[in-house]
Amino acid sequence: MENVQIWTYVLVGITFSIYIGIAIWSRAGSTKEFYVAGGGVSPLANGMATAADWMSAASFISMAGLISFMGYDGAVYLMGWTGGYVLLALLLAPYLRKFGKFTVPDFIGERYYSNTARIVAVLCALLVSFTYVAGQMRGVGVVFSRFLEVDINTGVVIGMVIVLFYAVLGGMKGITYTQVAQYCILIFAFMVPAIFISIQMTGNPIPQLGMGSKGTDGVYLLEKLNGLSTQLGFAEYTQGTKSVVDIFAITAALMVGTAGLPHVIVRFFTVKRVRDARKSAGLALLFIAILYTTAPAVAVFARTNLINTVSGKEYSRLPGWFTNWEKTGLLAFEDKNGDGLVNYVADSQQNELHVDRDIMVLANPEIAALPAWVIALVAAGGLAAALSTAAGLLLVISASISHDLIKNVFNPKITEKQELIAARISAIGAVCVAGYFGINPPGFVAAVVALAFGLGAASFFPAIVLGIFYKKMNKEGAITGMIVGTSLMLFYMLKFKFGLFDGGKIAVEGLQSQWWFGISPEGFGTVSMLVNFAVSLFVNQFTKRVPKNVQAMVENIRIPRGAGEATH
Amino acid sequence: MNTEKPQKQAADKATRYWKTNLRYLAILLSIWFSVSFGAGILFREGLDTFEIGGFPLGFWFAQQGSIYVFVILIFVYVRWMNRLDNQYGFDED
Repeated sequence: MENVQIWTYVLVGITFSIYIGIAIWSRAGSTKEFYVAGGGVSPLANGMATAADWMSAASFISMAGLISFMGYDGAVYLMGWTGGYVLLALLLAPYLRKFGKFTVPDFIGERYYSNTARIVAVLCALLVSFTYVAGQMRGVGVVFSRFLEVDINTGVVIGMVIVLFYAVLGGMKGITYTQVAQYCILIFAFMVPAIFISIQMTGNPIPQLGMGSKGTDGVYLLEKLNGLSTQLGFAEYTQGTKSVVDIFAITAALMVGTAGLPHVIVRFFTVKRVRDARKSAGLALLFIAILYTTAPAVAVFARTNLINTVSGKEYSRLPGWFTNWEKTGLLAFEDKNGDGLVNYVADSQQNELHVDRDIMVLANPEIAALPAWVIALVAAGGLAAALSTAAGLLLVISASISHDLIKNVFNPKITEKQELIAARISAIGAVCVAGYFGINPPGFVAAVVALAFGLGAASFFPAIVLGIFYKKMNKEGAITGMIVGTSLMLFYMLKFKFGLFDGGKIAVEGLQSQWWFGISPEGFGTVSMLVNFAVSLFVNQFTKRVPKNVQAMVENIRIPRGAGEATH
Repeated sequence: MNTEKPQKQAADKATRYWKTNLRYLAILLSIWFSVSFGAGILFREGLDTFEIGGFPLGFWFAQQGSIYVFVILIFVYVRWMNRLDNQYGFDED
């Protein structure tokens, strides 16, 4: 363990120095540099930055573990968090780039010729980004505490200082180039253990293929895992337990939500031309897909490994990593029947082993007995994933306040210099708020991240798509649609995720049978989005027509020529 | 020569460009829908009776195949649109 600690300090130290070095090199001197990195980022750099921006602590640390416990059902995350990029590339990115402003509320405000629309969009952007960023700061703290044995809160503060440094100094420009570095670090850190383990278990160095190969005993890995799972009373790994309707709804909500997340959309404002926006969306998804197609393989390896090493074995003879991770509370063993064996079964009455899903990625290198530097690499990768996403979100928050609210609503006469100062002050404020939530996490962080996607789907996606593809869409329709969609999503979440109207969290389980159409709160974004579309189109029929100049603007954004650079 | 004519021509050209774009979107998005929601979810159970390597086919689409297709779809879109921009002279610089 000593050795691991030294390696971790060294690797985390090196990566942090890189981030700070980049921040100093790429200071932002104008609002344009601060909001959109000057608009001259290459498609390759933007692809990597988008991938790092997108893949959070949850993608890196939790997703593979989550899938390993969900089996087939884990596909909702895999398809949901990648399929959204197809929508983004085909329906949003090129046109928003042509429109050429700084933020998503900019587009909503101008396309719907209304400051009300702009303010509604700002509120949605803030709600989505704050809920999301709290989880990221917590992730930074957790990684620090596990690998460097510092207090979680100290970890959060260290993370805050680093992000503060490069986000406030460099704005989007600093963030973009640190994200490029962070992508390289996180993908390397994710792939190295995966490849090692794939070779160990199947002899195939490509995890995506290893997952479908035969193990050392000549049986297909998935077949074996299906057998092991049913033996212990779990569902077959390749079958899952969720209903088809719910799988469908959750996947759709995550896809559409991805395409509606402001911190992802805004990345496409940073490239030079429309064709670059299209290309960088493709590259971003390619870079994301490397991790997202490896994660399900890691899930299969880790799950098989765990069952083989632990299930039915004598507690006193388990390997060293088991006791190491017991200390963190991520693994817990309770000998209910006193036979000294680890009974790991589906039935919660008899089950004696508690496994936190995060352990599947964090402890995987130890379980597979990989060298110390690989374990340290996972720590550096987890930090890179959490920091890059946090920084992207903080920028959206600061731009929403300084650009969308101060510059465009309250005080249009503000000079560029003053706006830049305002942007930096809002970034500092946002980091402090995010840090506060990181240290005092609201108990509902995990639930709230799902809410962020639901909100992205229910609010922005329909408004932007209609704004581009339906010239006659007017402001009355779009605003009503956004408000109704978002409120419906909030209501459903409060009712079925928090049990607010039925006596609190304890009631949540019992309410499952009342889910509308059998759709879980995670999947309800799909319904809210459809309601938003319907309400928008309905109201549009009975209200004033869109002004001629707005229709001309829509015609203009449909054609790439003369995209120009992002301007005010 | 009347001045309205070139203007109308330009508008027609833009409309034709947009219609082709919409056709591309329809083609690509139907593939997008069929591999993920179709093969990976709605028809998964039927497809699971087939196997490729050690993967039940529906499961493979849900956890691997659909993602590969997504990546390919975007690059096909990039190619088609670059060609279309070029044909219509709408490409930048």
